[in-house]
Amino acid sequence: MQLFVDGIFLGSIYALFAIGFTLVFGILDRLNLAHAAVFSAGALVGIDIVTRFGLSIWIAIPLVFVLGAILGVLIERIAFRPLAGRHDSHFAGLISSIALGTIILAILQALYGPDTHRFPADAFPSVRIDFFGATFSLLQLIILVISITLMVVLTWLVAKSKLGRGMRTIAENPHAAAVLGLNVGRISSLTFAISSALGAVAGVLFTLNVNAASLGTGHAVELKALAIIIVGGLGSLPGALIGGLILGLAEVFAVNTVGSSWRDMVAFALLFLVLIIRPQGIFGARKVREV
Amino acid sequence: MSAKRLTAIAGGSILLLALAACSSDGGDGGGGGELVGSGTGAECTIEAAVPIGAAFSLTGAAAQYGESQKNALELAADELNATGGVTYELAIEDDETDPKQAIQLFDGFVADGTSIVLGPTLSNTAKQADPVAQDGGLPVLGISNTAGGITEIGDYIFRDSLTEEAVIPQTVAAATEKYGLKNVVVMYSNDDAFTESGYQAFADALESEGVEVAETITFSKADTDFRALLDKAKGHNPDAIVVSALVEAAVPLVTQARELGIEQPIIGGNGFNAPALIEGAGDAAEGVVVGAAWNSASDNEQNLAFIDAYTEKFGKAPDQFAAQAYAGLQIIDAAVRANCSGERDDIKDGLTGISDVPTVLGDVSLDENRDAVHEALVQIVEGGKFAILS
Repeated sequence: MQLFVDGIFLGSIYALFAIGFTLVFGILDRLNLAHAAVFSAGALVGIDIVTRFGLSIWIAIPLVFVLGAILGVLIERIAFRPLAGRHDSHFAGLISSIALGTIILAILQALYGPDTHRFPADAFPSVRIDFFGATFSLLQLIILVISITLMVVLTWLVAKSKLGRGMRTIAENPHAAAVLGLNVGRISSLTFAISSALGAVAGVLFTLNVNAASLGTGHAVELKALAIIIVGGLGSLPGALIGGLILGLAEVFAVNTVGSSWRDMVAFALLFLVLIIRPQGIFGARKVREV
Repeated sequence: MSAKRLTAIAGGSILLLALAACSSDGGDGGGGGELVGSGTGAECTIEAAVPIGAAFSLTGAAAQYGESQKNALELAADELNATGGVTYELAIEDDETDPKQAIQLFDGFVADGTSIVLGPTLSNTAKQADPVAQDGGLPVLGISNTAGGITEIGDYIFRDSLTEEAVIPQTVAAATEKYGLKNVVVMYSNDDAFTESGYQAFADALESEGVEVAETITFSKADTDFRALLDKAKGHNPDAIVVSALVEAAVPLVTQARELGIEQPIIGGNGFNAPALIEGAGDAAEGVVVGAAWNSASDNEQNLAFIDAYTEKFGKAPDQFAAQAYAGLQIIDAAVRANCSGERDDIKDGLTGISDVPTVLGDVSLDENRDAVHEALVQIVEGGKFAILS
């Protein structure tokens, strides 16, 4: 039971990262590899806010959310928008976002140094909950709830709201969207802002959960999140959540049955297995593209 | 730019470098045997001051360590010079935590007749700079290098800093005695040379103490979530968990272990011997056992006097880097007095004979591999600080 609980909570962290990631990747069809840098930025700036200004974590999280949103707008403006007219804009954006992510990390290193940082011990109430013989913390539960809530809210947003319709139109055909009178730039910016704000807050929650944050924190999760969104099905928010949970469970059970050295191999092998069975991903629809 | 012009510039710079090298003082500061004195041991008197070089990281990533080393070395020189007979003249240079800079400094020390060099601060830097001294016949005393292979560079390279291989067996022996260990789980990050060698030392020590290893669990140095691994470890119900990890991984690992209700002692390697562990893990760090070359609570008389003098002079307490630097000059003093000479080869010869020299680290010997041998201190975190495990 403890294993199952640990797996679910580990997976919910991956899912939190993947949901923000897939919002841009799946909806706008842009792969933003600066997302890991935003994740680290959220964690480090959040720690700075709490330690330097003595503010509570409940004030820090909204501030980090805003910071993430600003970073998201910047990423879209700097790394993606100038490339919009190019025929290879997908690939060029991928490269330019790696470049921008590296710049963000360099700035973070200049500000905070290469050391590992952490929140003060009393930043978050450490309440333990016992559940059918397993134990977990209030924080882990909150992360799981946030992941599920985000998935539901964002799914609704993309499917039903005006903004969501705009996003999908842009993904399908930016020129047509512009002709229809949609403000392409604004909708793209907004999507990036939401995605990065979630990424930055995910960084804070992740750091609270493991009691360590460093520049490389985001990178470790990024590759897994990429695998998750491919398995979950491109652009599928429920897929990102379920994919994250599958990966979390796979890791925990791999450690306990196969051995710790094989953890990542087992986890990624399982993802391949899913793809062999369902190439379009768990929730993916088969897309037919006219070239 | 044309190829021709490039060649001209390159050639010009090489010429300039050659000129600079020629104009630097190539004489040996010893000058006609003034460094050889009369008498031996405490009676030894040498006319000229013995020139001692030091390359410490005063700027860059390891700056905090370098500062401690510089302070302690100056304090040691002042105190030794006050006793008379032999005086030491320090030239403390900044290696900028950069091997390239250290190599330049070592070149300078070889050329200017320095008798012996202390440093560099980091093992990584030492590995690249020490060969320069070895080739130039200049003895080096490492005072903080703990990585394997440093003294294998050559017969002019010594160190007074205990390696992991020297500390860990003592840590394991003390913990086995204290807790009656029979069965432990070992965890280590298997993608880092330092933690890998620490793991080897732990495995050997556990075997020679007759402690069963229920399981060896590996992780990556970039890992931060250890809950799944710790669940697995907890399942064996071990008497202790033995960990070889860097402090970046040590903090989350210890925090999460306590969170999952693992109350057993956690025994760490040198990565755990850091104030950052206590700052980062808070209450969770209580009961962590780690060996060290030095602890402020060690009550040898010399050490108490050193802590008082250092605190009075610099307004803060010394750390292990300071203690090892201070002991470094004490050892050099013993080596100089042994042959009553400040010449390079005489000091080197004196260092090979260092045996049970009383220092702030306790009685230090240098073994046939030129590595330090002295009693390590096994510490336990109690009440938010490192206390001595008794």
